[in-house]
Amino acid sequence: MTDALAGLEVPGPTVTPLTEPFWAEAGAGGLSIQRCGSCGRAVFYPRAICPHCWGDALRWEAASGQGRLKSFSTVRKPGHPGWLPAAPYTVGLVELAEGPVMLSLILPGPRPVRVGDALVLAPTDIGGRVLPVFRLDATA
Amino acid sequence: MKGQAAIVGVGELKPVRRTGGVTTLELIARVAREAALDAGLEPSGIDGLLVGPQVGLTPQHVPATVAEYLGLKPTMANVVDLGGASGAGMVWRAAAAIDAGMCDAVLCVLANHRDDAAPRSPNRNPIREFDVPFGASGANVSYALLMQAHMAAYGCKAEDYARIAAAARANAQRNPDAIFYGKPSSVEDVLASPMVAEPLHLLEIVMPVAGGEAVIVASAARARRSPRPPVHLLGAGEKVTHRAVSQASSLTSGPLKPAMARAFGQAGLGARDVDLLSLYDCYTIMVATTLEDAGLCPPGGFGAFVRDNGLGFDGTAPLNTHGGQLGFGQPDLAGGMTHVVEAVRQLRGEAHGRQVRNARTALVTGNGATMGEATALVLGAAA
Ligand SMILES: [Zn+2]
Repeated sequence: MTDALAGLEVPGPTVTPLTEPFWAEAGAGGLSIQRCGSCGRAVFYPRAICPHCWGDALRWEAASGQGRLKSFSTVRKPGHPGWLPAAPYTVGLVELAEGPVMLSLILPGPRPVRVGDALVLAPTDIGGRVLPVFRLDATA
Repeated sequence: MKGQAAIVGVGELKPVRRTGGVTTLELIARVAREAALDAGLEPSGIDGLLVGPQVGLTPQHVPATVAEYLGLKPTMANVVDLGGASGAGMVWRAAAAIDAGMCDAVLCVLANHRDDAAPRSPNRNPIREFDVPFGASGANVSYALLMQAHMAAYGCKAEDYARIAAAARANAQRNPDAIFYGKPSSVEDVLASPMVAEPLHLLEIVMPVAGGEAVIVASAARARRSPRPPVHLLGAGEKVTHRAVSQASSLTSGPLKPAMARAFGQAGLGARDVDLLSLYDCYTIMVATTLEDAGLCPPGGFGAFVRDNGLGFDGTAPLNTHGGQLGFGQPDLAGGMTHVVEAVRQLRGEAHGRQVRNARTALVTGNGATMGEATALVLGAAA
């Protein structure tokens, strides 16, 4: 699966100066999120102001990489043809331990995933770039 | 909202899978002409224009481009960009503009051409940056995620959702214009259709088609002179919350809940009072959530509602009597307006072969993005 993912010809992120720290950290195998200096809440995806209080003092921090599966879908007919060689594959909504929800790829594991499963960050090469994807947390 | 502006004309193009070089502007012109003929209006009587975005065609100056093509010189013009909620969103905006004295008769029009080589849209936005790189392109995955969450929360069964698609196909058998006319599907057929993005089967997803829909909203004074029975806007509600499914505050209840509550509040009616449910149905899960958000059944209870009610024109809960978009086809943004046009037909008593007896009121919903753009209308027949 992971070899197949590395060889995909699929669109990568459309990085902007504001989001560049997120993708740089992702490329290094990490997961960065923002935290608001005014209300203290974690923010994802990266923004210019906090969507909760509109404070503009957002600081980058390393996320724990722990999350919970809020929902998932095993995609059999991908919306982008570049993903066909990887199908079926599973995408999920990951509720990060810090609070925000991100969409990500869920790697195949020892059993099919269920809503509510504990997940852990599993940086993986997709189409030649390392992205923050997740897998079942065997320790949970 | 009550009883002032009214819908005095509608137009609809028969959906087709391919348009072979016909432009969107041509389709807009044809369906606008139909609506004007239906309303008994000369083009010079139309002084308001609401259009949808023209993706890949006219990125800016859309109302001016359409007005010029149609020879209109509107005193109110705008783009309504609410995805599948655009059609319903146009209706209350037209009524509000008329009530504000800005215009007297508003053309609300949506149409789309459909050619083989559709260009991929050059998106540069958060959903493109943070969803697409993980293999989540297009709406199917988003609604599959909503459906999986709904199933996990309430234990609803695949056949409950499939029943919504089968009912839409059954209703389409009463609409010769529907893309699936002559092609009914049973619950078993739906469940046997290929899985596209689990748990969504192919037949739980609308088929993309080309088409066009138009309605004309006019002042009370003009409606009194209309050759067709006017259909009144009794209430409207709207709520816009998010674009990407990851940013939804709930996966099992949407912004249609407060939008419908506002619309019913303005109309002085409840969900159980209406004679027709004309509910946006891009996917089966959208109807399930809308029935629950309307309060027609408890959260997670849609399965019993669709099992225990007849959803046909002669049933106990007529739902999408034109076949819905699941049975009629989805002409892009115009798909949402099919729910408005069918409600007008029913409330005029002109739904030949599928007329709901004594139809006096209808709930129309529109939905866009990933259950993040919502408009609800309560429509009423002429007194
Ligand atoms: Zn804040």
